[in-house]
Amino acid sequence: MQNLKDLKEQVRKALPELDVVIGWTGGYDPLHATPHFIRRDEDIDKLQVNALCVHNLATYLPSMRGKKVGIIVKGCDSRSVVELLQEKLIDRENVTIFGFGCNGVVDQTKIRRIVGDVGNIESCEVSGSEVKVSASGTEHKLAMSDVLSDKCATCRYPNAVLSDHFAGDEVTTTATFEDGYKDVEEFEVKPEEEKFGFWLKEMDRCIRCYACRNACPMCVCRDHCVAQSRDPHWLSQEAHVRDKWMFQVIHAYHLAGRCTECGECQRACPVDIPILLFKKKMNKEIKDVFDYEAGINPDATPPLMTFKIDEDKITERKW
Amino acid sequence: MPILEGKELRIVGFLCNWCSYGGADTAGVGRFKQPTDLRVIKVPCSGRIDPLFIVKTLMAGADGVLVSGCHPRDCHYSEGNYYARRRLEMLKRFLPIMGIDPKRFDYTWVSASEGQRWQEVVTKFTEQIHELGAAPKIAGAEAEETLKLMEAAL
Ligand code: SF4
Ligand code: SF4
Repeated sequence: MQNLKDLKEQVRKALPELDVVIGWTGGYDPLHATPHFIRRDEDIDKLQVNALCVHNLATYLPSMRGKKVGIIVKGCDSRSVVELLQEKLIDRENVTIFGFGCNGVVDQTKIRRIVGDVGNIESCEVSGSEVKVSASGTEHKLAMSDVLSDKCATCRYPNAVLSDHFAGDEVTTTATFEDGYKDVEEFEVKPEEEKFGFWLKEMDRCIRCYACRNACPMCVCRDHCVAQSRDPHWLSQEAHVRDKWMFQVIHAYHLAGRCTECGECQRACPVDIPILLFKKKMNKEIKDVFDYEAGINPDATPPLMTFKIDEDKITERKW
Repeated sequence: MPILEGKELRIVGFLCNWCSYGGADTAGVGRFKQPTDLRVIKVPCSGRIDPLFIVKTLMAGADGVLVSGCHPRDCHYSEGNYYARRRLEMLKRFLPIMGIDPKRFDYTWVSASEGQRWQEVVTKFTEQIHELGAAPKIAGAEAEETLKLMEAAL
């Protein structure tokens, strides 16, 4: 990011009033960034903002309620913050949003598939169009377009939709809503049995680690999650595909009209199950029926938390 | 071979206490002829129906699920069915991505006096499920296991 200097300056100015500012910094190897909690001036120098900063830091906000928190957000992350505000899970006066225009982040899975052994990364350089990775003595030049996260290729909100401070210039985009749902449409037209079989096979891999849930900024029940609750007992602790699949449907349904498609659930999944597809399908239908997108307007009410006496797009059954 | 094979499918109906359960009762009292595939679960209000009840029912091996509540504006709790309508509509649209035919699920409104209408709804829905046939099953689903035990006992 060209304007990292500006951003650091904004954080430095605001820090005395805040308990913490959440950003990113270098991770355990040069290829990974990690969340970074800035409490002192010297922490600011370690701040990193580039295409490796994939984490949606909004996940931390609900648990920090009551503290004065600053948060650095990409466009998609900012929607999570807005959604949390909409649902009154965080308080506007306690959150300071540092936004910027994002050009996209990498998909570590795509990199892993090309580079192979990511256990021994020696260096990584990111520029606008290229990621140069050297691993186990070999240098790989990866085109950014090949390793970009899918969500970024069709991003409609690259700039923070709500911010108190904005660093750098806004990024322009031409993507439309429809562009983002081509994958859903392609999958939808497959025969019923094929789709059913697909999920049985995919879900069978799930190890019930719940990384998908823990990474999701809108999954706020935490210790009261139905996945572990025994009253009501929605899911058994068995490793049966029916429980694993059911959990993903629960996640999609509890996120209906709330999911901002940050993609963190799918990114966090250690066995690469394409669970974002469920959430995208739900969003596509929400848009169609209620003409609504989550996390855009802090004053809006998510559509499943309200109703209209005469619905515009829901027609009654004829029988 | 199980005695009911080919004749009955497993259909679960979630009916609200105030209108549709009453409607089904009216149909019974009026001795209207009805298919016998539907198993009724009475709930206090259609607003109490979590769409996930329906998913769980289908995943456990049901061939069809029918939800029926009070007509809009007639809810005993004023607005339960308005919330239900939004949630259920989204479910109907979500099922295809799972590979479940959305025709296996439907929701409708039947009032306590509409015995005739109830007869029509349940007959049409059952016909619809019979046209689709048995639903794809997840091996080891609860209902399958229960059914195997029951068949063994027959
Ligand atoms: S469900 Fe997935 S994509 Fe949606 S908000 Fe949660 S983590 Fe992000
Ligand atoms: S992250 Fe993946 S493996 Fe873990 S619980 Fe979620 S879907 Fe299953």
